[in-house]
Amino acid sequence: MSSTTVPRVRGQAADVPKVPHKVPPARIVLYVFLIAASVLWLFPLLWAVFNSFRDYGYTQAHGYASFGGFTIQNYVNAWQQGDFGQHFLNSVIITVPSVVLALFLASMVAFVVARFNFKFNLALLGLFTAANLLPPQALLIPLFRLFKAIQVPYWFSYSGTLLDSYWALIIVNTAFQTGFCAFVLSNYMKTLPYELYEAAQVDGLSVFKQYWQITLPLCRPALAALAVLEITWIYNEFFWATVLLQSGDKFPITSSLNNLKGQFFTDYNLLSAGSVLVALPVLVVFFALQKQFVSGLTLGATKG
Amino acid sequence: MSSPDLPLVAPQTAHPAPTAGSHHGTGKNQRVKRLSGFDRIAVILMVAIPTLIVVGLIWLPAISSVFLSFTNWNGIGSLADVKIIGVENYTNVFTNYPPFKPAIEHNLIWLVVMFVVATPLGILFAVLIDKDLKGSRFYQTALYLPVVLSLALVGFIWQLMYSRDQGLINAVLGTQVDFYGDPKWNLWAALFATCWKQVGYVMLLYLAGLKGVDASLKEAAQMDGANQVQTFFRIVFPVMRPINIIVLVITVIESLRAFDLVWVINQGRNGLELIATLVTANIVGEASRIGFGSALATIMLLISLVFISIYLAVVMREEER
Repeated sequence: MSSTTVPRVRGQAADVPKVPHKVPPARIVLYVFLIAASVLWLFPLLWAVFNSFRDYGYTQAHGYASFGGFTIQNYVNAWQQGDFGQHFLNSVIITVPSVVLALFLASMVAFVVARFNFKFNLALLGLFTAANLLPPQALLIPLFRLFKAIQVPYWFSYSGTLLDSYWALIIVNTAFQTGFCAFVLSNYMKTLPYELYEAAQVDGLSVFKQYWQITLPLCRPALAALAVLEITWIYNEFFWATVLLQSGDKFPITSSLNNLKGQFFTDYNLLSAGSVLVALPVLVVFFALQKQFVSGLTLGATKG
Repeated sequence: MSSPDLPLVAPQTAHPAPTAGSHHGTGKNQRVKRLSGFDRIAVILMVAIPTLIVVGLIWLPAISSVFLSFTNWNGIGSLADVKIIGVENYTNVFTNYPPFKPAIEHNLIWLVVMFVVATPLGILFAVLIDKDLKGSRFYQTALYLPVVLSLALVGFIWQLMYSRDQGLINAVLGTQVDFYGDPKWNLWAALFATCWKQVGYVMLLYLAGLKGVDASLKEAAQMDGANQVQTFFRIVFPVMRPINIIVLVITVIESLRAFDLVWVINQGRNGLELIATLVTANIVGEASRIGFGSALATIMLLISLVFISIYLAVVMREEER
């Protein structure tokens, strides 16, 4: 690996297939290694996609390590048997308000922490950040009992309590993610020039307007990155949905797969199709907003 | 850098420290005093509402778990009937609860594998991709694609590899191993699938860190005759100390919280016991041993608080800089 001091000549490799004296062997090893690793990493996903398009009867007869028997019937069956329409809708009902609320609450705290220099700033930020890192299982019992004890009207949740309602998941996801978002946003807001606020103060802008009209618009990149990240996280959330929901028809798509395991158990083509369907929304979000996703992850990490 | 689509450390490098520090002057308290009554209320509400939510839904329940762990509550009847029984639940956890020991062992194995397999592999990929190779975007995307999938889904996708009768591994090797069902194998199968996801995450964090390392440091080291491996371990790695500590803490906490994948496989039984699944099984299952489950939860809480404190100490120090 010490041979990279030899400059790589572009185009050389393309003109003449074999120019070992131009491309150092270490580089070739490196390329082979990375390409092999990438293929290995993509393989389980590609395998799922491949098999999702194959007929159950065909794979039974020829084994899974065969080629042929292509069909889209698995997707039709998975969608219908798994009631995917309802479960995707559940995911949207839970994810969208959670992300919006978490970002809204977090941005307010972050603004105060970044804008003013109160004594409790660090402690407050610590309180929020640490909350995000607690193991959810450690809060399970009290939250479970609390949600069970809170009676709500039936129009609000037809289980009659917060337990087994979308609200329970929205509330829990919001509370958990506010901590992470507050931390990231406060870091971001601290990089905004303070002169902005001095000017705003001269103009007589209230604190809330400074937050709403100046800070939030400037934080758009960070908010976008966080939103993408939070969408994937809350969409993927499994634990709270599993323990706080009891009626199968309310499960978001991620945890409903577990519910459907029985139906999908023997038919691996159906299981593949179901998995691909569940993965599809996050993959679409990911490929469309890759930049935001990655910067969101590292926004929190490089600074802390 | 190799990938223009990754503005990884943009906020950090674009705004050097002085900007952040410039409003930490002495005039600060004066400014706070100048707040009008309306502004004061606004500030209080902006802090109070989110704080109430996080304290009420996270910190109070956490404290309640600690309290419940000293009681004999079985979840039935009102809280008034609850008797405080001291450390009996803890004694039972340690002496009279067979799944506890394997769960601790499995959590530790989980942690060790994440440290000795997933983390170094992630760092290695980050270093290689950072070398500005052709097609680095492809390698990068391929390696971190699993990061966006849920662990529950990872469990399902790997089932297609692992299944005894229909899985690819057995088909290729001509074997009949039940990877998810056999307690000899299932922990390793779960760990393999988890690593598949974790490596990309670690890689991403280190890629961000590497792009933040001053290139002149590396050049200087190489001028002094250090080879690339030496440069990395003696210069680059130590400079990335904050990232190292963050990855360390995240790895510990995620290993402790490991739940989804195992729950999907078999709800954490038969060779896959983890502390998180024991807590859940004790509460959600038929038994509903609240006090006992709370003792397990409190043990989890205490372990994670140690590492959360380390994390906070590090990031808050960065913060003050």
